[in-house]
Amino acid sequence: MYRYDQFDAQIVNDRVDQFRSQVDRRLSGDILEDEFKPLRLQNGVYLQLHAYMLRVAIPYGQLDSAKMRKLGVIARDFDRGYGHMTTRQNIQFNWVALKDIPDVLEQLAEVELHAIQTSGNCIRNTTSDHFAGATKDEIMDPRPWCEIIRQWSTFHPEFAFLPRKFKIAVTAAEHDRAAIRVHDIGLHMRKRGDQVGFEVHVGGGQGRTPVIATMVNEFVPEAELLDYLEAIMRVYNRFGRRDNKYKARIKILVTETGAEEFTRLVQEEYAAQHDAEKIDLPQAEIDRIHAYFAPPAFADKPATSDAFERAKAADSKFATWAGVNLHPHKVDGYTSVTISLKPIGGLAGDATDSQMMVMAHLAETYGFDDIRVTHAQNVVLPHIALDDLYDVYRELDAAGMSTANESLITDMIVCPGLDYCNLANARSIPVGQEIQKVFADGDYERDIGKLHINISGCINACGHHHVGHIGILGVDRKGEEFYQISLGGRADEKARVGDIMGKALKFDEVPGAVKTIVDTYRGLRTNSDEKFIDTLERVGHEPFKEAIYAAD
Amino acid sequence: MPLIKDGAEIEDTWSFTEGDAEVPATGCVTVSLTRLIEDADALLARNTQVGVRLEPADDPHDLEPFLDRLGLIEVSFPKYTDGRGYSQAQLLRRRLGYGGELRAVGHVLTDQILYMNRSGFDAYSTTRATLPSVLKALKEYSAFYQPAADGNGSVFARRHTKA
Repeated sequence: MYRYDQFDAQIVNDRVDQFRSQVDRRLSGDILEDEFKPLRLQNGVYLQLHAYMLRVAIPYGQLDSAKMRKLGVIARDFDRGYGHMTTRQNIQFNWVALKDIPDVLEQLAEVELHAIQTSGNCIRNTTSDHFAGATKDEIMDPRPWCEIIRQWSTFHPEFAFLPRKFKIAVTAAEHDRAAIRVHDIGLHMRKRGDQVGFEVHVGGGQGRTPVIATMVNEFVPEAELLDYLEAIMRVYNRFGRRDNKYKARIKILVTETGAEEFTRLVQEEYAAQHDAEKIDLPQAEIDRIHAYFAPPAFADKPATSDAFERAKAADSKFATWAGVNLHPHKVDGYTSVTISLKPIGGLAGDATDSQMMVMAHLAETYGFDDIRVTHAQNVVLPHIALDDLYDVYRELDAAGMSTANESLITDMIVCPGLDYCNLANARSIPVGQEIQKVFADGDYERDIGKLHINISGCINACGHHHVGHIGILGVDRKGEEFYQISLGGRADEKARVGDIMGKALKFDEVPGAVKTIVDTYRGLRTNSDEKFIDTLERVGHEPFKEAIYAAD
Repeated sequence: MPLIKDGAEIEDTWSFTEGDAEVPATGCVTVSLTRLIEDADALLARNTQVGVRLEPADDPHDLEPFLDRLGLIEVSFPKYTDGRGYSQAQLLRRRLGYGGELRAVGHVLTDQILYMNRSGFDAYSTTRATLPSVLKALKEYSAFYQPAADGNGSVFARRHTKA
């Protein structure tokens, strides 16, 4: 993984000192909350319902054992013993005292972590495929370019006060696990002969107005990427709407300007750049950053493992878990392990300090010291030898992290909702837990197969309900919580916004409605291999709608 | 209003004339972009210097015919959260080659001044930041990842430059 050099370290340490002085000025009353807000926001500090929340950046979701241990220490010493993995592959601490935040940032800097630009109307943490560098289906590793984008976008003086927040995602795999088409900029790495480049999608997003991104350029050669991004950013900064925060994302600019005209504006700005304006990114620097992401020293192993096969035969729970939570690795004899942070009845994405220590230990002992946070709020150990898998599993099991539900119906994306967030209209976590109870029987859940439920507690869509196969949106009707159900959303290469089924349901009706949808699917699928989303696309939404509202 | 330029607080010898109001007979004045374009001949024929004040929606390219005759360009920040002025500044400095005084006016706060400086501003008209706080803010960082209008090389390039 990337390591800081003197410049990276200097910049992050300068930030800690700067923020310490800003917090001092706030605590002494020298500056008011109003003026402090933009400063804390660009450092990932939010004022939540109960306390300040600190969001720590995990660039493209990658950690090592030292970083994970440090996050555990912070959860233990400054929070209430846990941290919350977010859909931007970051981690949030919900109970940190403002006076402690400078010390927390200083501790984070020791392990090359920071909270820069994890909030505010600036370029946020660049996200990527959580299996990057490990998965069979990628044409190259996207992380080096994510790191280059991270550096370029850090404290960019022109783009610190954009109309609204700005999110970039990068993938290099045909199957898009980074949801690039619902990002402000989505980059899909492509090859033309030996040349590496980026297919550029702009103006995707969720929130109040979900939009699938427009492709503005089929192939931007890698050497031109940052200059091209600057052109897009400048067009957005100059022309994006600032009169209404709900119309301020780049998706609205693209929609209102028209995709063709927007593309022309970007091309015009790009073509006008003088040589002196180009970003001085030498090839030696591109090579230097790529070198940090060289594959680890994998052992020469057969494709199958006797130890793994024996353990599966002896321990059926392990066999079940291995059938669900593994992803094919590009190297024979290895696999990528998803550690589900979605235990039945638990809090989606939460890990305790001691669980963080266990994950750090496993990565260090068995996993080439590599850990990823996924946008579905789980954790991945990307490089585990099949021979070691049973040892890894037993430690996870002992720490309460062996839930076998990766991408199944109980592996939901859930926003914090009304329990924590001051924007929410309805609770999210309890509705997720009630649905989980319906499907808690593992055989039932595995029979259903891959199915994404995403839950948001308000229209801002932090729980990605628009792109859930089943989306659930909490709304407030005269003080009572109701939930709108949508079907058919997806965030992958066939990205699509789900369709609202009909009138919103009461809290108590939601689990039953989800069960009705699922059982309707089981009745309609051609065989058990046809996934929910494929059946839905084949038969349309009508049978599901009829089933939910049959009683009306 | 206090004016900070080149590391010192200096006297402001300029005045801004709103809209179509009468321009004072003497002294350096700035006017709106519309006024400059409409009255360019009369304004630029004055014995004293003339400048312009850009509002966030103004296009800096409209200044191209006048750039070498302007004594000052003010860029207005009605709210610190409106970041269009940073792009205007970068365009003026790097695209259009403007070399004169570039002054941030309006809601100019200490904690934005480094970004302004990097974007090409060299003067700050502000009641919200004191000279010592501005001087400190300008020195809070010693390295920058990306090139900008301040002429500092990017970290990308500095890593590969022999000292």
